[in-house]
Amino acid sequence: MPVTTEQVIAWIQRSAAVLRENREYLTQLDSPIGDADHGVNMDRGFTAVMDKLPGVADKDAGTILKTVGTTLVSTVGGASGPLYGTAFLRAGMALAGKVELQESDVLAALEAALEGIIARGKAKPGEKTMVDALQPAIETFKVSLGAGDPLKAALAKATESAEQGMKATIPMLATKGRASYLGERSIGHQDPGATSAWLFLRTMGG
Amino acid sequence: MTVSLVIVSHSQKLAEGVAELAAQMANGKTVIATAGGAADGSLGTSVDKVAQALAKAESQDGILVLVDLGSAGMAVEMALESLSEEQRARVQVSSAPLVEGAVVAAVEASIGRSLSEVAEAATNAQALNKFPSEE
Repeated sequence: MPVTTEQVIAWIQRSAAVLRENREYLTQLDSPIGDADHGVNMDRGFTAVMDKLPGVADKDAGTILKTVGTTLVSTVGGASGPLYGTAFLRAGMALAGKVELQESDVLAALEAALEGIIARGKAKPGEKTMVDALQPAIETFKVSLGAGDPLKAALAKATESAEQGMKATIPMLATKGRASYLGERSIGHQDPGATSAWLFLRTMGG
Repeated sequence: MTVSLVIVSHSQKLAEGVAELAAQMANGKTVIATAGGAADGSLGTSVDKVAQALAKAESQDGILVLVDLGSAGMAVEMALESLSEEQRARVQVSSAPLVEGAVVAAVEASIGRSLSEVAEAATNAQALNKFPSEE
């Protein structure tokens, strides 16, 4: 069954609620290795997104996601603004004009989002960033769809991979972002960006 | 007209302070615009503020952008994407240390150096010795 734009909107709304619930958690994760603003920034960004959503509710999925992207770029003060902003913009471009999404469209959007994050942040896997959660998750999603799993099952598997990738950031030495200024002090902490990336995927499946 | 400077910092105070220091060296000959802090003034960077600063610093001779930390560079990159190709061709982004880079760039710009000369001088500011040994 294809994904409708109503479901896309509902996912964004649930994401806003999940980020609100996890505001303190994300900020806590960000305080030993960053600037302690990830939870606050993401919540601020998605609060602004919630204000914009009614204006695009009757538009195609591409327009909806691009609106999320531009809103995040102009309201999130940290690196997550340009990074998630680019991710949503690229996903929106991949879905331009579409009002019903097939599984292959969802995959194309996720791949475009990841490519956007990599292009913007110049990050590779293993550098303690959101890429470490997203990259294995999207790979799993692709394999799962290829094996004939329905969308929901593929998203569940992708979420598991994202969680593993997120936990794998704990022993990593950060070489990108604010955490990289800390050198070895960054080891032993879970990356907040990888954590919010996992939250997005978990919300998509749930 | 000379090359203009744009100072991008996570902190509004820091951006303004750097601009103040640099302006002292430029004798009022160079436009120095700032993009400091997030949209609401808290610590962070704002793509919109960078875009506004770029507009304010618009110069036929070009603009050199100096940044403080990490995501400031990303905000600049995004702001540049909203410019026309022609405008973008007149902007260079520097990896120079913010204070030294801005001061040196302001001096070079004020005496009418080209964008590439100003950018190179800023980059070389990295090697400025704050405690020169007696020779």
